[in-house]
Amino acid sequence: MLKPGGSAASSPLIGGSEEPTLIEMSVAGRRAWSLPALDVPEVVLDLPEQAKSSVALPEVSEHDLVMHYTRLSHRNFSVDLGAYPLGSCTMKYNPKVCDWAAEHPAFRDLHPATPEESAQGALAVLLEAERFLCEITGMERATFQPPAGASGELTGLLIMRAYHEDKGETRTKILIPDAAHGTNPASVTIGGYETIEVPSNDRGMVDVDALRERLDDQVAGLMLTNPNTLGLFEADILEIADAVHEAGGLVYYDGANLNAIMGIAKPGLMGFDIVHSNLHKTFATPHGGGGPGAGPVAVHDQLVPFLPGPLPEVDADGIIRWVTPEKSIGRVHGKHGNFGVVLRALAYMMALGGDGLRRVSERAVLNARYLEELLRGPYDLPYDSPCMHEFVASARTLKKDTGTRAMDIVKALMDEGFHAPTVYFPLIVEEALMIEPTETQSLQTMDALAGALLSIAGTARTDPDALHAAPVRTPVGRPDEASAARNLRVSWGGDE
Amino acid sequence: MDFTPHTDADVRSMLDRIGLANVEDLFAHLPDRVRVVGELDLPSGLSEPELMDSISSMAVQNDDLVCFAGGGNYDHYLPPTVRSLNLRSEFVTSYTPYQPEVSQGVLQALFEFQSMVCAITGMDVSNASVYDGAGAALEAVNVAVAVTRRDTVWVSSAVAPQTRQTISTFAHARGITLVEHPVVDGATDWQADAAGPPAAVVFAQPNYLGVIESYEAAVSLSRAQGALAIAAVDPMTLGLLRTPGQAGVDIAIAEGQPLGGPLTFGGPGVGLFAVTEKLMRRLPGRLVGTTTDEQGRLVYVLTLRAREQDIRREKASSNICTNQSLNAVGVAIQLAWLGPDGLAEIGRQSAQKARYMAARLSAVEGVQMAYPATYAREFAVTLPIAPSLVIDGMARRGFLAGIDLTLDYPDLGNALLIALTERRTKDDIDDYVEALEEVIAHA
Repeated sequence: MLKPGGSAASSPLIGGSEEPTLIEMSVAGRRAWSLPALDVPEVVLDLPEQAKSSVALPEVSEHDLVMHYTRLSHRNFSVDLGAYPLGSCTMKYNPKVCDWAAEHPAFRDLHPATPEESAQGALAVLLEAERFLCEITGMERATFQPPAGASGELTGLLIMRAYHEDKGETRTKILIPDAAHGTNPASVTIGGYETIEVPSNDRGMVDVDALRERLDDQVAGLMLTNPNTLGLFEADILEIADAVHEAGGLVYYDGANLNAIMGIAKPGLMGFDIVHSNLHKTFATPHGGGGPGAGPVAVHDQLVPFLPGPLPEVDADGIIRWVTPEKSIGRVHGKHGNFGVVLRALAYMMALGGDGLRRVSERAVLNARYLEELLRGPYDLPYDSPCMHEFVASARTLKKDTGTRAMDIVKALMDEGFHAPTVYFPLIVEEALMIEPTETQSLQTMDALAGALLSIAGTARTDPDALHAAPVRTPVGRPDEASAARNLRVSWGGDE
Repeated sequence: MDFTPHTDADVRSMLDRIGLANVEDLFAHLPDRVRVVGELDLPSGLSEPELMDSISSMAVQNDDLVCFAGGGNYDHYLPPTVRSLNLRSEFVTSYTPYQPEVSQGVLQALFEFQSMVCAITGMDVSNASVYDGAGAALEAVNVAVAVTRRDTVWVSSAVAPQTRQTISTFAHARGITLVEHPVVDGATDWQADAAGPPAAVVFAQPNYLGVIESYEAAVSLSRAQGALAIAAVDPMTLGLLRTPGQAGVDIAIAEGQPLGGPLTFGGPGVGLFAVTEKLMRRLPGRLVGTTTDEQGRLVYVLTLRAREQDIRREKASSNICTNQSLNAVGVAIQLAWLGPDGLAEIGRQSAQKARYMAARLSAVEGVQMAYPATYAREFAVTLPIAPSLVIDGMARRGFLAGIDLTLDYPDLGNALLIALTERRTKDDIDDYVEALEEVIAHA
């Protein structure tokens, strides 16, 4: 079962050789664990379903373990290492003091079944985070149960369903712009609705006439990101929201791009009824290599009775207690959501305050506008109206002239020490490069990033083959992804 | 605080380059009606020391209780080695590893997570995690509904109430009917003639009440019904009990918090999700595989991506995107720290301490075991007074006494669910029993 070995050898430097797996390092009898001896009288454990053999976990020393994970960490890019202009993902700096807050033992060691009186601090965190979020979005109340953005979307859709059912209506369709994130239509299906796509117009915005054509009494609502996935503010948002409301539908705000508008504009003022926020984007909680995030859902006052329960509320004695709204859709998380992420986000919001949050959005937009300006010319800007916190450039002309694709450009950018922008999204832009610098990058970093992108565009015209070969300075080169799917190996168990 | 690096001179030169007079001009194209007038009605920002004081002043409003509660979240020993490796900022501050050339660290860590989840569950394939235990159950039900094209699901009433409620919330929207099977003497009493046929038979092992269920009863029932067997396991018992893979389960799920994660008021936890090879292409969420680059070097990559939402959109097998990677890495590090013997030792010590505590409690007047069934490390007792009174009284004496079962299992009477981990010492247990006697005497 376990392979012989014991070597933890790999270069600890980026670009070094392959790191063995833990099972390759395993030596029978080696161990890292340390626990006190049993201090109660031992009895015979005569259990049904008792194990007959031990599980095949690796056996390594503590130092092996530390070296292994430290080396793995050296083979990974991160916000703490460099600029990460990944469009739609808001890879801003994650303040360390927020990590400190989440590691505070009084929160970190709190069991979810702790009675209300003994968890007043945690309940106060939820209420205070709700106050900030509702003021920023222009909503009445919020639930922190959804553990991620997609879960927030699904929660929002269930709230829509409950709202319509409460009025005795069964509606079947959800409208989504063609530029929407993939989670939107996926959530619609899981939420039991049918997706109706709304095309964008030549300005990169929702085509209002096409929207009107699709509105009828079967439409439960519209899901919209604003600024949209092109980084553009939907100019007709008030007309769009009015049209959906006139047809009896609700308007859902996908908060992926909330970082553009804090203190500037509110989804509530735009006519949105339901808003999810990605705390792991706008509110600087770390992405963790793909989570944990948090996708709280805030709603307009008429939808409060449908929110998932329970919600914290202050009772007559000033004690915060759990209360389930009268027409609640039910639970959407097994416990209270990703509380640790909410606590980090609250620390961030408190650190910045109202004025600081506005400054975040101002500078996120300033950075994006500035960077866009620097790239004008060598890169196509297919929707050339003022961008908000991100913009979508295109390598369409470069591809036509030199065969260089967006993928080649971002792989070459990695060789320059930057993370790649998002590519090939949104789907309506050919050879899309979706770039979101965020407000925590400096003028000098953006000049360097633009310099790298312009230099790559220059190389595309002189030596495009060099770009097809990129990246060459990263730990590994471009993978053969088709082979990964064809020869599936998804655990070390198949290696025996 | 201000995490933006801009000086006034930076802002000026950037605006000049864009050709704008001031920052306000960045937003001139927004309609007036959507604009915030004045400032947000929020407190002013804080300096870092002020922020830390404010957070601390909220923290002291939580009581530090000795934890005897479980129900899916358990107070196990979390080694500083594991925590400090898990919180290395390269893992913490990276995005989902869509660019494998610069994400080999997270990808390999997740590949090893998948491998170790397979090792402890005995299943063939694990994904790279879902949100939490309840979310895993929901995703498993969705897989079963898609595979069998049936819309009824049989669920044991001894599956965690919050998990059943979460499934129920989403099932309603998709027209899925949940049929709950009753608990008798602490274990599921499967009703073979219940409305069906079901897409899945869902149970917990050990169940929510701590009792070790019969794998045979649930798995053979699911086979007879042509349904998938879905088992929610307590991962800390997997060194002690037969694995779901050995028992013939189709989908094994778990709340992974007890492995390398702090309690944090119940989240972030992490959902473990493992299946038989037959179901591999139905997996929700992310999956890490291996391949090579042009130089023949081993490369870890996200694979079978065509199942996922960003490619399949409305036809995706799940809407999951961001999940719990960092917690999954924590699970992997903790499992490697424990190894086979450490995991078995935790299971053994937790079960031994549960037996010591059960014996001590049974000697308290008016306290009895709620049913005669065999448990692993969690069990229910009935009390002479309402569990809510006991929980309040015990909290005043520094204990989180357990979970009140009266709302979810009214048939059990004044029942309290108590969980043990290797962290509870004999003194903790003796002190608990003494405090309980006082609370009951003063009621």
